[in-house]
Amino acid sequence: MAEYLIKNGFVFDPVQGIKGDKTDVAIKDGKIVATTALSSPKVIDAAGKTVMAGGVDVHAHVAGPKVNAGRNFRPEDKLFGYKAQTGIERMQGGFSVPTTIRTGYNYARMGYTTVMEAAMPPLYARHTHEEMRDTPILDQGAYPVFGNNWFVLEYLKNHEIENAAAYIAWLLRATKGYAVKVVNPGGTEAWAWGLNCDNVHDPVPYFDITPAQIIKGLIEANEYLGLPHSMHMHANNLGNPGNYTTTLDSFKLSEGIKPNSKFGRDQVMHHTHVQFHSYGGDSWANVESKAKDIMAYVNSHDNITIDMGQVTLDETTTMTADGPFEHHLTELNHLKWANTDVELETGSGVVPYVYSPSIKVCAIQWAIGLELALLANDPMRVFMTTDHPNAGPFIRYPRIMKWLMSTEAREQQFDAFKHKDKVIDATNLAGIDRELDLYEIAQMTRAGPAKALGLAHMYGGLAPGLEADVAIYDFNPNEPYAPDDIETAFGSAEHLFKTGVQVVRDHEIASNGNKRTLWVNAKVNENPQVMRDVKEKFLRYYTVTLNNYEVTGHYLPNPYVIEVDATQ
Amino acid sequence: METVTLTIKNQPELFLEAETIAPDAFAGKKTEEIADLTVYVGRERHRLGDFFEISGKAGATPEETKIVVNGDLSRVKYIGMKMTGGEVVVNGNADMYVGAWMQGGKLTVNGNVDAFAGTGMKDGELIIKGNAGNYLGAAYRGDWRGMQGGKIVVTGNAGSDIGTFMNGGEIVVGGDADVHVATHAEGGKIVIKGNAKSRVGGQMVEGEIYVLGSIDVMMPGFVYREDVDVDMDGIKGRFALYEGDLGERHRKRKGQTIYAKLYQRIEA
Repeated sequence: MAEYLIKNGFVFDPVQGIKGDKTDVAIKDGKIVATTALSSPKVIDAAGKTVMAGGVDVHAHVAGPKVNAGRNFRPEDKLFGYKAQTGIERMQGGFSVPTTIRTGYNYARMGYTTVMEAAMPPLYARHTHEEMRDTPILDQGAYPVFGNNWFVLEYLKNHEIENAAAYIAWLLRATKGYAVKVVNPGGTEAWAWGLNCDNVHDPVPYFDITPAQIIKGLIEANEYLGLPHSMHMHANNLGNPGNYTTTLDSFKLSEGIKPNSKFGRDQVMHHTHVQFHSYGGDSWANVESKAKDIMAYVNSHDNITIDMGQVTLDETTTMTADGPFEHHLTELNHLKWANTDVELETGSGVVPYVYSPSIKVCAIQWAIGLELALLANDPMRVFMTTDHPNAGPFIRYPRIMKWLMSTEAREQQFDAFKHKDKVIDATNLAGIDRELDLYEIAQMTRAGPAKALGLAHMYGGLAPGLEADVAIYDFNPNEPYAPDDIETAFGSAEHLFKTGVQVVRDHEIASNGNKRTLWVNAKVNENPQVMRDVKEKFLRYYTVTLNNYEVTGHYLPNPYVIEVDATQ
Repeated sequence: METVTLTIKNQPELFLEAETIAPDAFAGKKTEEIADLTVYVGRERHRLGDFFEISGKAGATPEETKIVVNGDLSRVKYIGMKMTGGEVVVNGNADMYVGAWMQGGKLTVNGNVDAFAGTGMKDGELIIKGNAGNYLGAAYRGDWRGMQGGKIVVTGNAGSDIGTFMNGGEIVVGGDADVHVATHAEGGKIVIKGNAKSRVGGQMVEGEIYVLGSIDVMMPGFVYREDVDVDMDGIKGRFALYEGDLGERHRKRKGQTIYAKLYQRIEA
C-alpha cells in the first residue's frame, strides 16, 4: 500500500494531546506510523490546514428497514436532489433519508470514516447488513435493539443476568451486531397493547416488569459480558414536556455500576439524543430547557456518556423503534405515519417532521441541544449527533460546529427566530458565551465516541498504531475567520484517508474505499437453558425459522470481528 | 416584452424532459445560448436546439420574456416548470408536468395536457384550452403540500385526483371531472362546471368545492346543511351546501368547527 506523509498541518488530536501544533502524520500499510517508518512516501502539504482523525458517529439511523421505509414513503425527499453517476461516484439521491451511496459519500465529504447504525431490529438484521454493505467507504456496526425483546423481558423479570447475557451474546452473533441498544424500554412492547411506559416504574403489560428493571438488568448483563460499548439507551418518555425527570431517573439506574471492559471505556451507560430528553414544563405552551439539570448530573457522574441529538432546523424524517412516540408525533403534525410491529422483538414508526425556525418549540429544541454540548465539563463524554435523521440530517454537523464554536453564529440564528424573546426566556443558551475550540470538537467527534465505543485502539486519534483514518480540512485556525467559514471548510474535507486509502482528494470522492462491518463475538459458557428457549420461541412464535434468521457470511463481505471472552 | 418562438423539428424517440422551456431559463440569453440549454431523453443529455427551431429573442428578465412553443408537444414534459414570471404559450398538446411548481407568470396551452399539470403550484396563471389529465394541481407523490396559490383554468374536462392536498389557489374545470376531487385538501377552491363522479372531497379538511352538474356518489363523510344562494365569479344559482369530511380532524375558530364545504347546484 502507498505511504503518505501529511506535512506541516495544524493537528488536533486528543489522543496524543496535540492542540493545533504543527505536526507531521505518517501513513503506512493502512495504519498511522512514526514518520521515521516511511521509506518513499507521497507527501501531502497541509501547511495552513487543519488535520484530524476521521470522524466517528456514535449514533445515526443510516441502514435497515425503517430507514428504507422512510425512503419509500418520502418520494418528495428525493425530488430535485438526484445526482447522476459521474466518474467513480455512483448515482446519489435523497436529502434526509439519502441512498446508501450518498450516505457513504456525504460522511466522507465531512471527513467521517466510522458510523454506527443505532437501531437494528434483529429480525431484519439481514436487511440492515445489506444496506451497510452497500454504503461505501465507512466502517460500520449496528446495534440490535434489546429493550422490548421477549427473551430479555422474561430473563430480567427474575433478574437472570447470566441468562440475559448468554442471550445477548447469542443475538449479537446471530445478527452480527455491535452493541446493546435499548429504545423506550418496555414502552414499545406496551405499544402493542396500545399503551406506553411513561416513566421507569410504569410496568409493561403482560410481562409485569418495569423499565427500571430492564435498564439496570441490561447494564449488568452488558458488564457481565464486558462488551466493547456500554448499554446504549434511548429512555422512556422521549420528546414530552417535563420528561427530564424520567431522564434523570434513568441515569440514576447506572449508579454504583463500574465498567467491566478491556476496551478502555469508562461509562456503563451511553444515553443518546439527550436533547429530546431534557424538557421542563408540562405542555408545549410552557416547555423549557432543563439542560442545566441534565448536565449537572452528567458532569458529576463519570460512568455516563451522552450524545446531543441536535435539532438542525430542517425538514427531515423522524424514525425510531419508539413506536408510541411516532404515533404521538403524527397526532401532533398530522403528517403521514408508518408503523411496524416486529414480532417478539421491537416495533418502529416513521413520520416526516419540519423543524421550523418560526415555531417556538423547534427553536427551543435547537437551543437545548447546543446547551448540552456547551455545558459539558468533559467533551470526551458528550458527542455531536443529530440522531440522524430525527433531529436533522447528518450533513449539518459542520453547521453544528459553527454554532458551538461561535457566539456570533448563535446570535445570527436567534435573530432569525420568529419568537426570539420567548425562546431566550425558555432556554439558557443566550447566557452562555462559551465557544468550543477545534480540540474540543475533535474530542466530541473523534476521540470521545471512539473511546465510548471501545474502539480507542482503532479510531479517534492519530497516534502510531491506530487506523490511518485522517481528514485534512482547508481551515487555518490561526487566521481570522467568519462563522460560515467553519461550516464551509468542515463540510468539504480537502483530503480524507480511510485505513490508508485516499477516499477524498481535492474535495472530490476518489475511491469507494475498503468498507468494513464491525461486530462483536462474545464467548460465554454453554447455556443449555437459553439455547432451549431460543429453539422453543422460534418453534412456537417466530414466523421464520432459525435458518432464515441468522446473518451469515455473504452479508458481510468484509467483516471485522471483535472477540470478547466472557467464559468463566 | 420580447418573444422567443420554438417549433419542434425532431420528435424525441422516448420523451423529452424540457424543464428549461421557461422564461427563467431563457431570460438574458441569445438564441444560440437558448439552443444550448440542456434537455434529457431518458438518461441522455441533449441540447434544446437538437429538437426545436428557435427564433426571436429573450427579454432581460423572466418578466420581460414570452415563449411560444409550436407543434406536437405530446412527448414533451415539464414545460414552464418552476417559472416565476413572464409568459409561455403552447400551441399544441403537451405531456406531463406542464407548469409544475409554477411560481408566477402566465402559461397558456392551446391544446390538451397530460397528468400532473400545475403540480405543487404556488402562484401564477395556468390556462388549458383543452382537456387536462389526472392529478391536475395536485401534490407531488408523497408530498403533503399540493397547490398553494395561483389559478388553473381548464376549458374542457379534467381527469382524476385533481387538487389532491390542495392548500390554496383555485382550479376551474369547464367540463367534467373524474373521481377523487380535493382529496386531503386543507384549503383552496375547486369549481367543476360539468359533472363529478365520486369521492368528491374525500378526507378533505378545509376548502371549497363547487359542482354545477351532478355528483354520481356523494361521500358518506359529507353531511347536508342547508340550501344557499351563490353569486360569485359568474357562478350563480341555488346550491345545496354539504360539510365534511366528518372523518377528519378539523380546527375550530371562535368555538365553531371549520369543515370543508361542498356546494352542489340545484337550480341555475
